[in-house]
Amino acid sequence: MTVESQIDAAAPAGTPRPPSPLGEFWHYFAQNKGAVAGLVVIVIVSLAAILADLISPYSPIEQFRDAILQPPFWEEGGSLAFPLGTDDVGRDIFSRIIHGARLSLLIGVIVVTLSLAIGVILGLIAGFARGVTDVAIMRLCDIMLALPSLLLAIVIVAILGPSLTNAMIAISLVVLPHYTRLTRAAVITELSKDYVVASKVSGAGVMRLMFITVLPNCTAPLIVQATLGFSTAILDAAALGFLGLGAQPPTPEWGSMLASAREFVSRAWWVVTFPGLAILITVLAFNLLGDGLRDALDPKLKR
Amino acid sequence: MFRFILTRFSLIIPTFIGVTLLTFALIRLVPGDPVELMAGERGISPERHAELRAAMGLDKPLMVQYGTYIADVVRGDLGQSVVTRTPVLDEFLTLFPATIELSVCAILFAMIIGLPLGIIAAVKRGSVFDHSLMGISLTGYSMPIFWWALLLILLFSVNLGWTPVSGRISVMYWVEPVTGFLLIDSLLSDEAGAFSSALSHLILPAIVLGTVPLAVIARMTRSSMLEVLGEDYIRTARAKGLAPFRVIAQHALRNALIPVVTVIGLQVGVLFAGAILTETIFAWPGIGKWLIESVSRRDYPVLQGGVLLVAAVIMLVNLLVDLTYGILNPRIRHGGH
Repeated sequence: MTVESQIDAAAPAGTPRPPSPLGEFWHYFAQNKGAVAGLVVIVIVSLAAILADLISPYSPIEQFRDAILQPPFWEEGGSLAFPLGTDDVGRDIFSRIIHGARLSLLIGVIVVTLSLAIGVILGLIAGFARGVTDVAIMRLCDIMLALPSLLLAIVIVAILGPSLTNAMIAISLVVLPHYTRLTRAAVITELSKDYVVASKVSGAGVMRLMFITVLPNCTAPLIVQATLGFSTAILDAAALGFLGLGAQPPTPEWGSMLASAREFVSRAWWVVTFPGLAILITVLAFNLLGDGLRDALDPKLKR
Repeated sequence: MFRFILTRFSLIIPTFIGVTLLTFALIRLVPGDPVELMAGERGISPERHAELRAAMGLDKPLMVQYGTYIADVVRGDLGQSVVTRTPVLDEFLTLFPATIELSVCAILFAMIIGLPLGIIAAVKRGSVFDHSLMGISLTGYSMPIFWWALLLILLFSVNLGWTPVSGRISVMYWVEPVTGFLLIDSLLSDEAGAFSSALSHLILPAIVLGTVPLAVIARMTRSSMLEVLGEDYIRTARAKGLAPFRVIAQHALRNALIPVVTVIGLQVGVLFAGAILTETIFAWPGIGKWLIESVSRRDYPVLQGGVLLVAAVIMLVNLLVDLTYGILNPRIRHGGH
């Protein structure tokens, strides 16, 4: 916003300055209200995750035996002591959801970092090496993409055993081919450009070409994919948790909270509603942000 | 055309071989010894153990084992379930119609609602309808469907009592399995009320499973329509005074639908992943529930064979979509050479 107003102020004076790349990006990004809303939600969820111990009234696993299945405060029988009610063993749902935010964001960060790092390196290798290496890497991606991601993740968890860590490993492996394909495609486009040839002619080594010359110019689609990767990671981890193959009770993971709440669906709507709402809002925020980033970073859509 | 089909078909063979490598590795990577797994809780003597190992070919080199596995797969022998002792292929074929029925109804639901909504949003671009539809469809796309299922059960089954909570048909009816699709079989049978029972069991799962595809189809139809509506030939059609409805229905829609058809075809994988969750929640006796149960029962032959069959089905459907696309769009068919 500040950059925008600077430009407006500078323009009548007759000295138009080109906006900085970041300012230009923000100019386009801020036009997309949904994306800004998504960003705001993500900031709030992140703050809740970081400050979970300060904000949440109770420990996520503390059981209040005299307040089992207590409804949220606005319902009859509810109290502000447990604003969103309690679950079947008397744990405060509000505290569990805040701590769940910490887990879900952590899952997102770890899955995106792992898959991005390995996926990009494989993509760079495939794009630079071409030939047999390229074919081998791309075939491997095809095989992994031939199966629905959730099914492949289930297979990997079946091999490794059900736990949150293994679920994260499984999801990272499953989404990795997307980054590899994106990087490879971008690398191949970039490699034919003059600046890469110039760099090569002046004696840059392969590593320098890969990481310093080419990679920075492939980042836009990767940033978008990584943002959307957060929503996939959170959603898939929750699905695995729900199926009993991810986080194990009493971990306050949103998906596994839903799994243990299933049998109370007819008696206590709140134990089912809030964890799912938390998943939906977080995933939606990352999808909105991803869409906004795509529009702001894609030069073809810029006027 | 024949050459086009042949090239596309040859492209999926290496992928399929790769998937067999994966499923072959699967049963060797899972924790626990396959022989002890087969023997179950009872435990067996070391002699019998060695005998079984030899019988299963586990004492041979890996390459030979893989060769035997492939030969078995080609003959349609995918091993048998450790729990029920039934051949995996038989179990798959018994349960598969339930998954197809659910998926077909889900995708029909998604198309019947998603296509018109996408078209209207494109025609009324920038309107309140357009904005709210795009918001709702992004929400649908972000939906954790296992939670969505619980909410719908809460509303329609628990509070309103309109639909049953689980299963495919009420236990009061027995329908002769002819096609395996209960909607059809119940119509063929003379049991009164069987059809409406089957239908009422199907509605919620189909809506749940169709939600994500519905969002994808509505968004894709909208953007594809917008692209087509900006083309010169649409302006020409409008300029020569054609009625707006005719321009949209005859000139724009036909071209806009080509990418939408592809997207619908690509939903097969999404549908399958969704079917795992939907079937588990609604106790729908299909492939998804079967596979999840095989994991919890450690019935690895079922998981191995099931994964391979699912991969094969998805690859075949994608191939069919590819071929249909080639038939619809000659540029693709001839561009490959």
